[in-house]
Amino acid sequence: MRSGREEILARIRASLSQVRADASHAKPEVAAASCRQHEAVGGETRREEPGTRSHLQARLVEELQALGARVCVAADGTAAREYLVRLAAEKGGKALVARRPLVESLRLEGERFHPYGSFPAQEAALSITQADYALADTGTLILLAGAGEGRALSLLAPVNATLLPASRILSDLDELFRQEPCATERSSDLVFTTGPSRTADIELTLTIGVHGPGELHVVVLADT
Amino acid sequence: MALEDLRLQQALANASFRFMAARDRAASEVEDWEELRRRAHAIKRDALENLAAYLEQFEARVLERGGQVFWAATGQQACSYIVQLARARGVRLVVKGKSMVTEEIELNHALQRQDIEVVETDLGEYIIQLAGERPSHIVAPAIHKTRRDVAELFEKKLGMPPTDDIPRLTAQARSVLREKFLAAGMGVTGANFAVAETGSIVVVENEGNIRFCTSVPRIHVAVVGIEKVIPRQADLAVFLRLIARSATGQKMGAYMSVVTGARRAGEPDGPEEFHLVLLDNGRTRVLADPLKREALYCIRCGACLNVCPVYRKIGGHAYPWVYSGPIGAVLTPQMQGLDWEPKLPFASSLCGACREACPVKIRIPEVLLALRRQEAESVPGRHRWERLAFRIWAWVMERPWLYELAGTGARLAPLRLGPVAAWLRTRELPEIPRYSFRQWWRQRRDSR
Repeated sequence: MRSGREEILARIRASLSQVRADASHAKPEVAAASCRQHEAVGGETRREEPGTRSHLQARLVEELQALGARVCVAADGTAAREYLVRLAAEKGGKALVARRPLVESLRLEGERFHPYGSFPAQEAALSITQADYALADTGTLILLAGAGEGRALSLLAPVNATLLPASRILSDLDELFRQEPCATERSSDLVFTTGPSRTADIELTLTIGVHGPGELHVVVLADT
Repeated sequence: MALEDLRLQQALANASFRFMAARDRAASEVEDWEELRRRAHAIKRDALENLAAYLEQFEARVLERGGQVFWAATGQQACSYIVQLARARGVRLVVKGKSMVTEEIELNHALQRQDIEVVETDLGEYIIQLAGERPSHIVAPAIHKTRRDVAELFEKKLGMPPTDDIPRLTAQARSVLREKFLAAGMGVTGANFAVAETGSIVVVENEGNIRFCTSVPRIHVAVVGIEKVIPRQADLAVFLRLIARSATGQKMGAYMSVVTGARRAGEPDGPEEFHLVLLDNGRTRVLADPLKREALYCIRCGACLNVCPVYRKIGGHAYPWVYSGPIGAVLTPQMQGLDWEPKLPFASSLCGACREACPVKIRIPEVLLALRRQEAESVPGRHRWERLAFRIWAWVMERPWLYELAGTGARLAPLRLGPVAAWLRTRELPEIPRYSFRQWWRQRRDSR
């Protein structure tokens, strides 16, 4: 008996060969070593001139606020730290902090703050994570589930605060997929977050905070 | 019957118009919307024309990342693989992210038959599962339920205190499902896209339930129809601009995950095992004809349902299989075989709204016509009376004097007799006016 694999591939080739005499020659150019091909079918998406950094940041803040996120633009680490300490005090309970160099450089210490992994994440009142990129045109944060943060930290607590270095704000998806090294090489899970968790499954009424956090804070950290 | 269920009709119309308005607004904000649609169509065409090569590439990348790949020719094979995996790993509870493909293969039944608990975790799907019903809309599965229905259901099935408040109902579901997520040994998801170049699966959602399924349980199983493969990561820039705008009018879904295998060394959480089930289940039957093959371009946004005048009247429950609306009418007969439900391609007015709304420009009306032709020609002599009637009609229409005579005849003849009367039992004929247009025209001209 043929395996499912051979059976399905044979069926595909048989169906397609009814149109094309020899399907095997149609094998597309497949990049083996390189992480990605840039040339999508039909050419590049038409793009605006890349905006200046300050323009991108203004656009991102605008989009995030429209999504209901709260944004703090911090001039330096001290300002970012102050915002997060105040937020943690306001929320009460324990805050779970990603073990990433930039977050750790804020020195969030004291009884409220605990590193990710020190207790079950679902018991945290607040999670503090770091975004690797943001997309200005949609208000999207991109978190790589790499070391120190994982897939679930930004999901489990009812409130999430994400630290974003201003230099990581990109204009759109095209720019993201041109970044080197390729994000899928760096992490098993790229999480795109666009606003808080939401649903409209009961009577089409928008409700914020279903499984993920209902409150999203973004701390944009100016470049130093 | 759906046509008689006024509440369902109202809920559907309400939902459809809301989604449509939001989609139109979102699409109009994108300068090159038509160009994006054109490109999405071109990418899907390439992906399917070279499907075998892209699938092999996708499989190779998943294997490189330590994932396991199972090729399932049928839904039953897919279900047995997942059930056996669950049994082998001692899994007693499975959580499921919202997905159409697991509905298609009826995975829940297969798991439950082996006494494995399976829980839908999308709020709408969870409500439907508790009620023991089927989804009525692809994006809003519980659209036919009111908040009172949901409150009664939660009170009866979960012992929750009664409430009319939607945020409180949502919080009740959240707390129950949170326990399930944390206790589950396996998370099952579908995929919106599968990227051949990287071996990634991509899921788009709003609630966070799919993210839970891909990050918390020890095993992640992704069930992916073979048509979901796209060649490159860069192609996502096209599809991600289209999908949420077409579904709900959002610029992006609240969450999107690009999952490439299980957790890697140094990552603090995530599943230890990643299993990919590549599903045929009738899809290879759809490939042969280049026009009809377009049904496989679908990205399941639901835009064609919202704009369809037929769907808005009858709802998803009236369609014979899991895929409803215009896309269901072209997918179901091809995947299941035309004999399975030969009348389905005829349940359309061919108004073309679906083709205009489709973000990947699937020519749904043309595919419907091709399927009608196939149905008509499948048996020699089928519809011969209808053919004869239309031949006579055409012959009469070409001869004005005969047409007029026929008009006069129709006014005099007792129409509602014999087979005509039977035909008219379920149809309403317009009142035949006393004068024909030509008579009226002549009279008007003469009286001047």
